[in-house]
Amino acid sequence: MSVSQVTDASFKQEVINNDLPVLVDFWAPWCGPCRMVSPVVDEIAEEYESSIKVVKINTDDNPTIAAEYGIRSIPTLMIFKAGERVDTVIGAVPKSTLASTLNKYIS
Amino acid sequence: MVDPEAPSTAPETATTNGSGAPTMPTVELDASPLPPPTPPTPVRDVIIIGSGPAAHTAAIYAARAERRPLMFEGMLAAGVAAGGQLTTTTEVENFPGFPGGLSGPELTDRFRAHSIDAGTDILTETVASVDASSRPFKVTTEWGTTHAAHALIIATGATARRLEIPGAGEAGPEAYWQRGVSACAVCDGAAPVFRNKPLAVIGGGDTAMEEALFLAKYGSSVTIVHRRDELRASKVMQRRALAHPKVRIAYSAAVDQAKGDGKLLQSVVLKDLKTGAAAEQPCNGLFFAVGHVPNTAFLGGQVKLDADGYILTTPGSTRTSVDGIFAAGDVQDKQWRQAVTAAGSGCMAAMELEHYMAQLGERQPQEEPASAEPVTAESVPV
Repeated sequence: MSVSQVTDASFKQEVINNDLPVLVDFWAPWCGPCRMVSPVVDEIAEEYESSIKVVKINTDDNPTIAAEYGIRSIPTLMIFKAGERVDTVIGAVPKSTLASTLNKYIS
Repeated sequence: MVDPEAPSTAPETATTNGSGAPTMPTVELDASPLPPPTPPTPVRDVIIIGSGPAAHTAAIYAARAERRPLMFEGMLAAGVAAGGQLTTTTEVENFPGFPGGLSGPELTDRFRAHSIDAGTDILTETVASVDASSRPFKVTTEWGTTHAAHALIIATGATARRLEIPGAGEAGPEAYWQRGVSACAVCDGAAPVFRNKPLAVIGGGDTAMEEALFLAKYGSSVTIVHRRDELRASKVMQRRALAHPKVRIAYSAAVDQAKGDGKLLQSVVLKDLKTGAAAEQPCNGLFFAVGHVPNTAFLGGQVKLDADGYILTTPGSTRTSVDGIFAAGDVQDKQWRQAVTAAGSGCMAAMELEHYMAQLGERQPQEEPASAEPVTAESVPV
């Protein structure tokens, strides 16, 4: 299953207003480490299909959201719950790190 | 600079790309019985460490010679994605075969697909250390797994040093890396964004001089920013740079900040290191020429390096100070440093590998590690 992309325009609807916790992958096309973490994020999306939503956002095309959440380094992974940012992971981390971070927010 | 977090030290589930290599077991914290012992990995003919044009060309040639090479492309080794320096470049217009150019990552994707197609096993793991004290050589990853091979091809490249300057990074609203900030004038200087614009080069060595002179063909002016009072470039290069009407030098200076309009670099703030005074000047291209760092620390001194850390190879060859270890690409080349020269060097390494293996007279076992089964008339262990 492929992870959907969100934009400056759809962020509120897809992420903030979502009932499930949302994992947001901030990436950019020219970012090598983003490409390394992308398959990890896809795997997480598959494995956590029923408990979280996973989306990706291209920071090049969506500077407003990137600026709003203070993205300084990419990739940056953020977890949102009930419209609030609850955690941030900076850099291309292994799946185990991402999974253990996510587990903290899943009921 | 993208900041990857240090990878977790716990081994974790990993799959490999390429056929044949086993999936690592996941370590469960609450598992009481030990997992069944992993069958010992067979000794490979060759392990290739690296992921750029040198590594992949070596892999393609070695694979076609039926060596079934094992390649460690790294998991963000040296903070750079697999594919190497090309993954930090946008357009590659000078690699032969691609009129019109293509992006760096596209080119590395193609190298990788070709290696796999030819018969290479690739692990997305970073090599932490090598043991060349006995044969076969042993390669240990940062997850603690060890693999053995009769020969090694080191193609770990060199990373252009970048300075941590506010605004010269990769993400956020004011981040102009690849939008005016670059570490390779040869690669990027001809881009339209720099044409007839004021440019700057940070550095004081020959590379900085060369880059400044190269950029002077395209920009309206080039300011060499050097932190010392004197350039360390060769006299010839210094003279040439100083003589060029478009080039000026800011001594005892440093770039404090890169600023722009949100899309592209527009100015830099230069600090006078003697007085502390800061002054902003228009600048649409900022280039780092502060040296390269060859990725050789993991070798622990077992292979002879030159004074700058580059692997020493016999001139015209990829042979190193250790028989059976070959070095290709930027890790042993501080002069040319192009994708195509690295590729050529990778080919040489694979061909020298053949010569070496012929001398050794060893063949890689197909499935099992070397078994104790005797050769009889009825059966020959494969």
